[in-house]
Amino acid sequence: MIEPIAGQYLHLDYEGRHYRVYFESAGSGIPLVCLHTAGADGRQYRGLMNAAAITGTFRVIAFDLPWHGKSSPPEGWHNEEYRLTADSYTGITMAVIAALGLDRPVVMGCSIGGRVVLHLAVRHPAAFRALIGLESASHTAPYYDLDWLHRADVHGGEVAAGAVSGLMAPQSPEAERWETLWHYMQSGPGVFKGDLYFYGIDGDIRARLGEIDTARTPLYLLTGEYDYSATPEDTLAVAKAVPGAKVTIMRRLGHFPTSENPDLFLSYIEPVLAEIAAKG
Amino acid sequence: MAIDGISARVGALPQRVSDDPALLRRGRFLDASCLLVVGEREFRLRIADGRVVEAREGPFVTPSTDFAVIGPEAAWGRLLAAEPVPGDHDILAFVKRREIRLAGDLHPFMSRLLYWKALLGCLR
Repeated sequence: MIEPIAGQYLHLDYEGRHYRVYFESAGSGIPLVCLHTAGADGRQYRGLMNAAAITGTFRVIAFDLPWHGKSSPPEGWHNEEYRLTADSYTGITMAVIAALGLDRPVVMGCSIGGRVVLHLAVRHPAAFRALIGLESASHTAPYYDLDWLHRADVHGGEVAAGAVSGLMAPQSPEAERWETLWHYMQSGPGVFKGDLYFYGIDGDIRARLGEIDTARTPLYLLTGEYDYSATPEDTLAVAKAVPGAKVTIMRRLGHFPTSENPDLFLSYIEPVLAEIAAKG
Repeated sequence: MAIDGISARVGALPQRVSDDPALLRRGRFLDASCLLVVGEREFRLRIADGRVVEAREGPFVTPSTDFAVIGPEAAWGRLLAAEPVPGDHDILAFVKRREIRLAGDLHPFMSRLLYWKALLGCLR
């Protein structure tokens, strides 16, 4: 059996630097751009890309952020500390969308991706058919010293996996939970920590939630009940501050719904995507 | 929530860990000591090459361990429930909410997070 997922490399220039960005795609129709979590990569969307019920209507695209997965860091990476910021995350996302020639895509992101869709809604309200935030919170203060994630006397992959292992629902299939952790174990040194700079510090968007206009950009928020990082209460707080946002709290799922239990996640996301598709 | 049989659970820890080859492999090369403070009760664990070679209940006078995991009995009871409710299923959730505190030299803990989480899971 060969999965109907195709992988390609995109070359683009962004803010004076050259990037080689890996992306996978499957299906045809409405473009659906998927953003992975911190310290991981686009493989988290393998379930979605293998779901014929979705790929019959949507062209599902998942790119690995620079520094992640099979996307290279830019030249000179070895002389700098990687840090994801609100500006760089929104900027590179829009650059990839433009380079792929996508017209008003749906963007769905998880965790840091669930945060950045809020930034996208504020900065580019006319650019999207809809935005979907998975495990979406307006801010999350760090709850352990992030320096543990990048130091020579601690294995970065092991500590990253340990840090996120409990964010999944205990009921999620063991194989899928450990596949999710494997992705974390493969992350480059300092990358998870650098992403959490956005998640814990620079990406705080509490002050701008009121600028989101769901009449222009429909916003869907789905959060797993076992997520204690971006909690259901955090997501409900976002929805309270953004009139018109539609919220679903997903039972028996955690912080990695697309990856920890793809089949169960599909049961939650299919109605959302069907509603978006029906609006055209 | 009080914890039923916490002494027996901690006492059974050496055997539980020894019976788990995957956990032993994850803990190989680890030598450490820690103090579990469960309300008013204290338990000292000593780990040698991933095995629990001591699981002793206090009280102790001036206990000296690499690190300590400190929380009220009610918090431990929720963490160690057979089927914890969402949000009570992982020790870092309690740390985030400041209900359980980690103190001391955390290198043995943070560098072996998966090991310690699995070890604590043996207390369920």
